[in-house]
Amino acid sequence: MSVLVDEDSRVIVQGITGGEGKFHTEQMIEYGTNVVAGAVPGKGGQEVAGVPVYDTVAEAAEEEDADTSVVFVPPAFAGDACFEALGVDELDLVVTITEGIPTQDVSRVYRRLQETDAYLVGPNCPGVITPGEAKLGILPGNIFEAGRVGLVSRSGTLTYQVVDSLTQRGIGQSTAIGIGGDPIIGTSFIEALALFEQDSKTDAVVMCGEIGGEDEEEAAEYIDEYMTTPVAGFIAGRTAPPGKRMGHAGAIVSGSGTGTAQSKIDALESAGVPVGDTPEEVVDNVEDLL
Amino acid sequence: MRLHEYQAKQVFSDAGIPTPASDLAGTVDEAVAAAEEIGYPVAVKAQVHVGGRGKAGGIKLADDESEAREAAEDILGMDLKGYTVDRVLVEEAVDFENELYVGVTMDRGEGKPVAMVSTRGGVNIEEVAEEDPDAIAREHIDPAFGMHPYQARKAVYDAGVDREIARDVASVLTTLYELWDDRDGSDAEINPLMVTADKEVIAADAVFNVDEDALFRQPELQEMEEEGEFAESELDRKADEYGFDYVRLSGNVGIIGNGAGLVMTTLDLVDHYGGEPANFLDVGGGAKADRIANALDMVFSDDNVDSVVFNIFGGITRGDEVARGINQALEQFDEIPKPVVVRLAGTNWEEGMEILNEDLVTVEKTLEDAVQRAVDYAEEVEA
Repeated sequence: MSVLVDEDSRVIVQGITGGEGKFHTEQMIEYGTNVVAGAVPGKGGQEVAGVPVYDTVAEAAEEEDADTSVVFVPPAFAGDACFEALGVDELDLVVTITEGIPTQDVSRVYRRLQETDAYLVGPNCPGVITPGEAKLGILPGNIFEAGRVGLVSRSGTLTYQVVDSLTQRGIGQSTAIGIGGDPIIGTSFIEALALFEQDSKTDAVVMCGEIGGEDEEEAAEYIDEYMTTPVAGFIAGRTAPPGKRMGHAGAIVSGSGTGTAQSKIDALESAGVPVGDTPEEVVDNVEDLL
Repeated sequence: MRLHEYQAKQVFSDAGIPTPASDLAGTVDEAVAAAEEIGYPVAVKAQVHVGGRGKAGGIKLADDESEAREAAEDILGMDLKGYTVDRVLVEEAVDFENELYVGVTMDRGEGKPVAMVSTRGGVNIEEVAEEDPDAIAREHIDPAFGMHPYQARKAVYDAGVDREIARDVASVLTTLYELWDDRDGSDAEINPLMVTADKEVIAADAVFNVDEDALFRQPELQEMEEEGEFAESELDRKADEYGFDYVRLSGNVGIIGNGAGLVMTTLDLVDHYGGEPANFLDVGGGAKADRIANALDMVFSDDNVDSVVFNIFGGITRGDEVARGINQALEQFDEIPKPVVVRLAGTNWEEGMEILNEDLVTVEKTLEDAVQRAVDYAEEVEA
């Protein structure tokens, strides 16, 4: 068992004919991901990286028996692409890499998501990887190593930083999930933690959060109540002043003082989660937990 | 993106929300002429993107010509929390009995819009939300259906708004939601919505923040953004021109990195090692050499910066491109203006290290060492 993606996942790439779509399809295939089809309106019948392209996601899913889609569609059309994927029953996972989708579009996608049994990861995320088996998205495969630590993070490059430190200390990873830095995302920390809790291959989890919103505080309550798998935490944005948005659309400390790094650190620590001051300290904490 | 008050009022007024008579002025004479035209009393209001303008002296009332002149002289050119005021809105001063609050925003926790009404208008609504959350009536909107009229009425009744004006306030809220929805708002607020002795409602202030990611489909608002840039600082203007996520901070260690989470982490580490971050600068994903050179130009333009740390963990971004950009930016100087520390990891980092001109920069292998070195450099400069 693994989390969300494994060597049997059959993957569609929406937007496969675009620059990013094509490049990362090649990278995913090279990593060993079973990319079975592309879907791009008007490009049906073409082939990209040896993969057949269909006009619609439904057709691609049916013809190639797919269960997963990765969205590399430009922001103006990505909301529609998510709707299309969520409307196909065969797909139980949609990973949206696209950054900069209008929030109101994501809100409608999120509304639609509640009516399905599918998982949506992202948007504005680096993707999901089960090292040694398959990767979905843009994560650099070479820094990962198969092992028993799960990762869930709102930030892509921060994930790479922590994974690199883990790997260099000989600690491999079960699955890493980049849940995305937008104000509204599909899969939350809690859902990701629940998946790791059920995963027999995961012995500990690293959770990387950041300022903005209250998702980390809610996750801390969940950990306190339901998790038996130990969790190590990291929170980015301790130095962020209120009212300033730090890159990610979600990374802003509101004027009324909620969503600060300190409130997240406090919540995690009171749930028994050690929170490292630096990525290296996070890895120290993981070593202690294992 | 935040519209100026005068722009937001224009948008609200065009949609049918009542606003006071007003005119924009860039000089004292223009302000006086506008006041004469509108008729006294007037309010003279600084048009800059800062909260709490009134308390900071950015809003003044005037009962006659000499007071209008004095108010405009005081406000035009003043420094309001770092912004120089170069335009004022001259506005009919409304005589009111009550002040309400109405607003629409995205509730990120719920993933859906929320409409809000409160009878405690005219004050800092965040403070009200903190002290007395029940004083604000909230109605969540299903984005698939939009706001039904009954929901606007419910919010107004729940807030305890006077029955005589409930219908008009509900109508303002409905219009505000429709605007928010059509124009890709992130926050839309009227605070205060004034109630006059004649039981008329008037939007005395207006906030409309637009989702930056949706500007491509809001050409009219994009024009307003460009027109409203007069109040930005030079560094902000540069960041817009280069298309960076950039936030100016109070310290002296300049920070450049890729990816919001990693850049924030770099800031935190600077703080952890006893330094003070001067800025947040995310070059974004897949930055090419030119973009890297622009990033250095930005950070060098900030006089407060004493040292710079580059933290790149390549995924889409390639180490060789980054190295080329750093060389390109630094080779134009006879003497490097401030010491630069570079840490490269991830995609093509080895190629990058070969290209990087080590006569111009200090290279460190780990994030921790790079940050420590940059903090040390900054301390040496200050000492």
